[in-house]
Amino acid sequence: MFARVSEADFSQQALYDELCEHNQASQSGAVVTFTGRVRDYNAGGAIDGIELEYYPGMTESALQQLLEQATARFKLTNSGIVHRVGRLPNQAQIVWVGTCAAHRQDAFSGASYIMDMLKQSVPIWKKEWAGGTSTWVAAKGTDSEAAMRWLTDDKDD
Amino acid sequence: MKVKLFAQIREVTGTESLEMAVPDDATIEGVRQALMAKGPQWQEALSANVLCACNQTLCDGTMVVSEQDEVAFFPPVTGG
Repeated sequence: MFARVSEADFSQQALYDELCEHNQASQSGAVVTFTGRVRDYNAGGAIDGIELEYYPGMTESALQQLLEQATARFKLTNSGIVHRVGRLPNQAQIVWVGTCAAHRQDAFSGASYIMDMLKQSVPIWKKEWAGGTSTWVAAKGTDSEAAMRWLTDDKDD
Repeated sequence: MKVKLFAQIREVTGTESLEMAVPDDATIEGVRQALMAKGPQWQEALSANVLCACNQTLCDGTMVVSEQDEVAFFPPVTGG
């Protein structure tokens, strides 16, 4: 299991290899990976990249806790997350999530859960740059709803 | 106590972190109110929807804090 915050770009292949070299993961039948990238537009038009701020220490532990929750919930055999911070140009990779499980449904659900909860509970803040000025991104209702879906499922269990 | 501020709250107040003395039985909400009394920018930054953490764990305003704690205020998160 690995949870990292990094200014540097990452290689999807290197992270996939790292995820799978774990013995239990190597015996898993399913690996799902997700990569988030910087869109070159928002609701107001074109943008010139983004900038991400984080809370050193808390962000890493929140990411680690998220992987532990996903592992328990979806019986993941390994998982990893890398989130970049700092100034990122359009199309740059922002975030990578990888999950291993015996079967695909748990691997897909685990990755989806990690991304939905990340957007709700991990201290990272995004601002968008356009024409030399920057604007903080407001939290989206659709992100809250996506996280609430998992939390509502908890109550039903 | 050490107080850390992030994102819009850091920018509007022009402050990344500060040290402040707190009375016994102070709550996070009490700390927020004390900071808001520092001036109009502080009032603006901390009166909106603000999340708080104590010792790097999310908490609510009723949490009791002491001199040794690290408290943080920040807007709703927008990572991913």
